[in-house]
Amino acid sequence: MAVVFERPKALSDVPFHYCPGCTHGIVHRLVAEVLDELGVVGQTVGVASVGCSVFSYNYFDCDMVQAPHGRAPAVATGLKRSLPDNVIFTYQGDGDLAAIGMAETVHAATRGENITVIFINNAIYGMTGGQMAPTSLPGQVTQTTPYGRDTSVAGHPIRVCELLSTLSGTALAQRVTVDSVKNVNIAKKAIKKGFENQINKRGYSIIEVVSTCPTNWGLSPQEAMKWLQDNMLEYYPLGVYKDVTAEGGNK
Amino acid sequence: MAKTTNILMAGFGGQGILFAGKVTAYAGLFDKKEISWLPSYGPEMRGGTCNCSVVVSDEPIGSPLVTAPDLLVAMNRPSLEKFVDKVVPGGTILVDSTMIDIKVERTDVNVYYIDSTRIADEEGLKGCAIIILLGKAFKELGFVTAESVDKAINKVIPPKKAAMIELNQKAIKIGMEA
Amino acid sequence: MAEKVLMKGNEALAEAAIQCGCRHYFGYPITPQTEIAAYMSKRMPKIGGTFLQAESEIAAINMVLGASSAGVRAMTSSSSPGVSLKSEGVSYIAGSDLPALIINVQRGGPGLGGIQPSQSDYWQATKALGHGDFQMFVLAPSTIQEMVDFVKLAYEVGEKYRVPSMILSDGMLGQMMEPVEFPEKNDQDIPEKPWATNGHQNKRKKNIINSLYIEPQELEDLINERYQRYELIMENEQRAEEFMTEDADIIVVAFGASSRVSRSAVHMARAQGIKAGLIRPITLWPFPDKTIKKSMDTASKYLVVEMNKGQMVDDVRLVVEGKKPVEFFGRTGGIIPTPDEVLAQIKKLAGKEE
Repeated sequence: MAVVFERPKALSDVPFHYCPGCTHGIVHRLVAEVLDELGVVGQTVGVASVGCSVFSYNYFDCDMVQAPHGRAPAVATGLKRSLPDNVIFTYQGDGDLAAIGMAETVHAATRGENITVIFINNAIYGMTGGQMAPTSLPGQVTQTTPYGRDTSVAGHPIRVCELLSTLSGTALAQRVTVDSVKNVNIAKKAIKKGFENQINKRGYSIIEVVSTCPTNWGLSPQEAMKWLQDNMLEYYPLGVYKDVTAEGGNK
Repeated sequence: MAKTTNILMAGFGGQGILFAGKVTAYAGLFDKKEISWLPSYGPEMRGGTCNCSVVVSDEPIGSPLVTAPDLLVAMNRPSLEKFVDKVVPGGTILVDSTMIDIKVERTDVNVYYIDSTRIADEEGLKGCAIIILLGKAFKELGFVTAESVDKAINKVIPPKKAAMIELNQKAIKIGMEA
Repeated sequence: MAEKVLMKGNEALAEAAIQCGCRHYFGYPITPQTEIAAYMSKRMPKIGGTFLQAESEIAAINMVLGASSAGVRAMTSSSSPGVSLKSEGVSYIAGSDLPALIINVQRGGPGLGGIQPSQSDYWQATKALGHGDFQMFVLAPSTIQEMVDFVKLAYEVGEKYRVPSMILSDGMLGQMMEPVEFPEKNDQDIPEKPWATNGHQNKRKKNIINSLYIEPQELEDLINERYQRYELIMENEQRAEEFMTEDADIIVVAFGASSRVSRSAVHMARAQGIKAGLIRPITLWPFPDKTIKKSMDTASKYLVVEMNKGQMVDDVRLVVEGKKPVEFFGRTGGIIPTPDEVLAQIKKLAGKEE
């Protein structure tokens, strides 16, 4: 019987703990498929960050290091400088990357640190139970913005790809989502490009995946995907913000 | 009785205080003595006063910080004023009298006034004023040998500044004869 | 035997690390450890190593975490306020059973404090650099030669037991020059690290470097296992120097810079007919309790001398258990005590006050 669908080799045979409707599972699979296709699982070291995806060290079947909150780019830097011919990636959420780890993120990018960053932006802190993230939308209700995010008090959401695209060390800054087959395919291509950039020593690549958190948004999986399409994509437009491999790659 | 010489050199940054300290320390090292060298550091180095503690001893050195010098080399007036009363009775003070227009009032110390900055300028030894004072100190106190001083100068001056070796040797000689 | 050269403590330490095979240095500028970073920035590019000036102390220690995970000998250095910032990373390194070398060239605190030499981070180094149950192997050099020799020891013990190591230096040792010689070969016998995350190459199971254990029992078991290693370190790795202690009535206990001053004071006391001696802890953790205990047969009094308000004195009192008086003398804020000050304290204990 012909096999039409199977688990990528780069994923361990362990059930995910992620909630129904959460897009971590899709993104994990895409990363694993790319590692398989590039044939680099054996030389890859992943860096798990603090947040829901911390357990990704159990899921990816490559060597894994778990970093302190926000420090994944620094840990990845230490790994990459020690293992320049290996493939090093981080998998970070929005609180980790854009709040507590913003300094590490900006400086890894501006150094052109030759790593690949998978950035899950779901506009909320998932692991700790739904607090305001640096990417929570204006008016968004969270545990710590019970009356909606008031920008006069809590400031404005950060657009990470736009910000990092201004830095000379950034090779790729692309925002994708996984709400449809078409967009899943685009996301996979972007992730693949991010890893290829590293193999070709082009510098820092970040793929921001606009994601869902049905549990903490208080929505069903279908409603969550619709909320993402109706609200998040307006503030976080999909697209390529910087791509050193494309002519006039800047959006 | 084991002999220990506690030396404090003090002046402005740029007068070669740390360099002179290194020459002294290396001379002690070549004489197979125990030695230590400790600079002042931090914001006070930024154009302000600069000092350097050097200890040359026959036995392992306890504190490298010289608080009661046997020998004070003073290259400017604030340094002399700050440290003059710290010198041990019977100790020695070398004063660059080009830079310092006051006299030491203590009578329980040996003081030598040498117009070293002026002499250095006249002899084409700009920046070597403290080395002239060192020459005097080596001669009067004899805590290191002349041979080791010469070796130390050759050691401390990097090859790309080799031209400075001769100038410093000349400065030592002037000091010893002063 | 190699030629003796004059080197600043900070530079000698940096060169020693290079000679021990360290090729990855991550740091952030702070006085008075600056020469370590400056030396590394000069040397590393010439020998194919990495010198990286990080965006913060926090980033620097986490780069060390990454490099240690990769299995290489890495290090970072800082001074007191910067070491506080590293505490998070050090806790994760300890919780991940990684070896790593951290240098603290101490200055006065708390807060921004001062920049002159201090020993006021003793508690931080030996009790709590970061959250959680853990220890570091802590060495206190007192000469520039020890600044060199202890780098090798710190790497070896850290790798053997998979614990972070700290060299607790201070501004005086960092800035001063003394003659020093380097061993011929220092980078032999760097052990294999089968636990390193350097890519499994499809030849072994994947390695995970991690400090997260959600199941309390799993975490307790791991910590208990780690504490068994700590027991071994306490048993095997204690080091202390004894100076004139055989017949000593009054024993001064001091480490690092203050031990140098205390040694001079002990000399002076002996010259005045006082039977004084010195115990100098070389390992601050494990604290050399065996040496202190042994000295209780002859000593009637102890004087602990530190450049702080009294930190190591707690550990001495824990060993002495109230059986003998343990007095304390310290200067703080960046002031180095003088031999005369320490001598006066010894004389007071000897009942020979002037």
